[in-house]
Amino acid sequence: MPPSNPETSEACAHIMYAIEMKGITKRFGPVIANNKVDFNLEQGEAHALLGENGAGKTTLMRILYGLYTADAGQIIVNGQPSRIDSPKDAIRLGIGMVTQHFTLVPTLTVAENTVLGYLPGFRLDPKRIQAEARRAADRFGIEVQPDALVRHLSVGERQRVEILKSLYRNAKVLILDEPTAVLVPQEVDVLFETLARLRQAGMSIIFISHKLYEVMTICDRITVLRDGHVVGTVKKTGTTQTELAAMMVGRETFGVTRQGERPQGLPVLRLEKLSAKDPKGRLALKDVSLSVNAGEILGIAGVSGNGQAELSQVLAGTLKSTGGQVLVASENLTCRDPGCFTSAGVGRIPEDRHEGVVGELTVAENLALEHLDEFVDRGLLDSQKILRNAEKLISEYQIKASPTDRARTLSGGNLQKVILARVLSRNPQVVIASQPTRGLDVGATEYVRSQLLEQRDRGAAILLVSEDLDEVVALSDRIAVIYEGRIVGILPAREATVAKLGLMMSGANEVEHAVYN
Amino acid sequence: MDTFLIGLMAATLRVATPLIFGTLGELFCERAGILNLGIEGTLLFGSFVGFAAAGASGSLWIGVLAALVAGSLCGLLMGLFTVKLGVNQHVSGLGITLLLTGLSYFAFRLIYGQQAIPPSIKPFDTFPLFGHLPVLGAIFDQYTLTYLSFLLVPIVWWVVYRSNFGLHMRAVGENPEAADAAGVNVYNTRYIALAIGGGLMAVGGAFLSLAQLGAFTFGIINGRGWVCIALIIFGNWEAARVLWGALLFGLVFALQLRLQSTGLQLPYEVFLALPYLVTIAVLALAGRNTSVPSAILKPYKRE
Amino acid sequence: MRFTIERGNAPAWIRPLIPLVAILVTFIITSVVILWAKANPFSAYYYFLIAPLSNQVSALEVLVKGTPLLLTGAAVTFAFSAGYFNIGAEGQLLAGAIAAAGLGMLLGPLPAFVNIPIMLIGGFAAGMLWALIPALLKVRLMVDEVVTTLLMNTVITFFISWLLNGYWRDPVSMQPQSATIAPSTVFPKLVLHSRLHMGFLVALLVILVIYFVLRRTPLGLRMRAVGLSKNAAHFNSVKVGRTMLTAALISGGIAGLAGVGEVAGIHFHLIAQISPGYGYTGIIAATLGGLNPLGVGLGALFIGLIDTGAQTVSSAMGIPIYLGNVVEATLLLVTLGMFTLQNYRITITTPTPQKEGRI
Repeated sequence: MPPSNPETSEACAHIMYAIEMKGITKRFGPVIANNKVDFNLEQGEAHALLGENGAGKTTLMRILYGLYTADAGQIIVNGQPSRIDSPKDAIRLGIGMVTQHFTLVPTLTVAENTVLGYLPGFRLDPKRIQAEARRAADRFGIEVQPDALVRHLSVGERQRVEILKSLYRNAKVLILDEPTAVLVPQEVDVLFETLARLRQAGMSIIFISHKLYEVMTICDRITVLRDGHVVGTVKKTGTTQTELAAMMVGRETFGVTRQGERPQGLPVLRLEKLSAKDPKGRLALKDVSLSVNAGEILGIAGVSGNGQAELSQVLAGTLKSTGGQVLVASENLTCRDPGCFTSAGVGRIPEDRHEGVVGELTVAENLALEHLDEFVDRGLLDSQKILRNAEKLISEYQIKASPTDRARTLSGGNLQKVILARVLSRNPQVVIASQPTRGLDVGATEYVRSQLLEQRDRGAAILLVSEDLDEVVALSDRIAVIYEGRIVGILPAREATVAKLGLMMSGANEVEHAVYN
Repeated sequence: MDTFLIGLMAATLRVATPLIFGTLGELFCERAGILNLGIEGTLLFGSFVGFAAAGASGSLWIGVLAALVAGSLCGLLMGLFTVKLGVNQHVSGLGITLLLTGLSYFAFRLIYGQQAIPPSIKPFDTFPLFGHLPVLGAIFDQYTLTYLSFLLVPIVWWVVYRSNFGLHMRAVGENPEAADAAGVNVYNTRYIALAIGGGLMAVGGAFLSLAQLGAFTFGIINGRGWVCIALIIFGNWEAARVLWGALLFGLVFALQLRLQSTGLQLPYEVFLALPYLVTIAVLALAGRNTSVPSAILKPYKRE
Repeated sequence: MRFTIERGNAPAWIRPLIPLVAILVTFIITSVVILWAKANPFSAYYYFLIAPLSNQVSALEVLVKGTPLLLTGAAVTFAFSAGYFNIGAEGQLLAGAIAAAGLGMLLGPLPAFVNIPIMLIGGFAAGMLWALIPALLKVRLMVDEVVTTLLMNTVITFFISWLLNGYWRDPVSMQPQSATIAPSTVFPKLVLHSRLHMGFLVALLVILVIYFVLRRTPLGLRMRAVGLSKNAAHFNSVKVGRTMLTAALISGGIAGLAGVGEVAGIHFHLIAQISPGYGYTGIIAATLGGLNPLGVGLGALFIGLIDTGAQTVSSAMGIPIYLGNVVEATLLLVTLGMFTLQNYRITITTPTPQKEGRI
């Protein structure tokens, strides 16, 4: 008799899983995104998929939802092996998905977005579809405005429309991909309430996240993925955040140790009542005033979407401000183009590194592009000089690439090193670092952070804009919190606890919000 | 009412007709996310096919129908390149215009040879909608196709905003990823939009050879296709505003014809050029238009 | 053995093959049209491709027809490197032709070695001027340059018509054509008793120059950066607007040179039909050549070959001459379609034999 196993005995009690995925493998070129992944979802449970960026969580769920096709493996829905070749198949099987990038059409109404692709017949009657949308929402107690244009809705409201879409299509399984990434703590609470109500009504939920505390708050079971394979599946009651973190990362994270506080110099970068509009024409920065001293890192903490992007762009010279001033060592750089920023000694690390290098040009060309005039000999490009410059920077900054490689073939980490090399080799007096470690693996992240600290020690004034709160806390000497386009507080690092910051980031003054505990 | 003004308004409606067909056709394409530069060639091809089919069958309406079908096929050809193959929309559209132009001229020469007097056909008759009323009757003495073109405007509005297909089309033109995720077949929607658009464009061309001229000449389109492209921007991708734009252009064009006869001292080429210059000015003023369908010019390929 | 087609970059050797395969496919497709004209496709291809090269006169004519295409193709390629779609080459060519005719009628008394450079400069400037408005609208107001340049193309034809029917009407013949340009402004012939003129050398030179500029100068690198990624170029302090404007204007000037060549080398006066669409055919040449200056050169000459052949096809076989246009347009579309094949890769997999497991 084979030995009985606690998992199997319990499995007898839930013979039919809502979803079973067995041996799923998916490759993108040389990268193995999912490596023989097994995953199952019990009826009525909330099951978390936990892992770092790039662990394979989203890929797995996109396979379940029919956006990708697995190279190998099987999917079983309610006990029936199923082929899911497209979202339509998934929807028919009762699977719904809410992604980070909302699949909403901004120029259509809530009702139109809800019924899109699911409306029978030829006619489109606005009154009728609005009534149907409202009916679906009321069934689960969700609040929506069916006749509103999606482009006028807030992020949290749009997310509810996304959920409504799945409800309208009679989803029994709801996949949520990093749903709180774009929400303020208050909206997160609303979301968790919504999910609780959905579960009460019989919905099974898959919750993709990389945030340990959220996962521990609302989920029953947690499957941890790392580098494309399953590390383990545990029940919430049987594990701790520390254990989960270890499973996620696989080794001790070596934190960046700072040398304690240094004497600060004079203010080098000053923003005075800076205002700017977002692409939709709404005011995204409102009278932002702050200053950064030489030899310090000022970190901007905030939930994504509160104006950080606009702040980064104004300071990169790619967005014109609508009011206020940007001063670097008393030189007014307001509304100037990127070239002026660079000549004023401002080094800029872009939010999206792919917008900072021209992918089809070579590494050497990218390293020389911003300062081409230094590489010109009698009107022509001095290719020897460009090459030598590239070789020097490649060795100094440990870039794993050759000067003639096309930039787009580089990994995220190496690409960021190219950008750092280009920026930091000029010894800038100010560094604007926007999301410098977004999407990088652990090794590259450590490298970037140590470079920033080195620059700080050299006496540069660094403005760090990052959505990674842990990063901001680890690196900054002072932390400013941005909320809805305003700076709501600036704290020295030693006074800034995650709890205090969380409150400021949500604009709340009450102490009761415990999301960040 | 002054006969000059009556004649002017009647001419405006006439001149605007092919523009309305063409622009509404392009509207379908662009709302679905495809900039169809094949419009100039499709107008010409429709003009030729209409003429040839009418001549061969003896029925003008068969000519119109043949143009409609031919135009839809042209739209699908555009779909082959822009939807299926994901090729640059500017170049493929131009290529189709060049191809259809060459084909039309080739086929015309092949069928009719080179004659001293170009072949002609008895064109459509006009039809007074308001009978013998002094003003309205004179202005609204138009071809059936003209009346049809006006009727098309509310029909197109209805299709775009009150039909399921229109909903799909709007979604696909703004955010094809969202439409795809919702289970809409992005490719098919675009094909259908292109086919409808191509058919409408070709009918616009057929109007010129079967109603206005009663003949097919090599310069019959003379850049009207490009004007339609501009009119869409002018009309903010809305059927009703497109109508006003087409009427405005028709007015300037008709004015140009009439002003010549009043002996005004300006050379007639100025008047010919005027509508086009006005269009350029309009484009400059419209500038960065936020109503442009967001997915336009970007081919959609599902990962 | 299993063949799978998957997305990925095709091996590099495929790229130069594409135009060749495209030519083959084009001829297969256009056979249908040729058969409809009740003619033999193989004879037609013979007249298109082989006959023109079989004797000196027509071989030189290929180069003559290729001359304006080399220039318009170069113009389109140059602008497109910076991401600017210059469909206005046709209008800019006409502007250059107008300038050449005007200067040709004015500059009579001066010697040729003074006049000819003036003609070239004047034509270049005229082309630049005609490219200015659409370029400014694009750079400053972000108006799509495709529509504006197409409209400008139509407008200038009206201007030419006005000139030729009015001020410039030839007093001698009273036809709608300009007076003949002065002999000292005529481009010298490269081969006596042929139509091959100095413009051909100018065109070859321009091709080499733009190749050089794009690869070896800072302007070229900046242009390519802008064409590849406007945002990244802007971030790297490249002045995107100014770069694009420069590219558009130079492109206009090059197209203007094509007009000068036609007036000073072929027709010697301005006529309304001085360009049977060279500006648009230049786009075909540019596409055939993969938007690479040297490839464009070959593409332009190939289309010159077809154009020359088309006349022979027409006269020898009684097929309407527009067959040439049909072939060229089909070639454009087929080439476009085939270039997307670069995005696919065929992989051949052999299944590995399974080993028996031992229990």
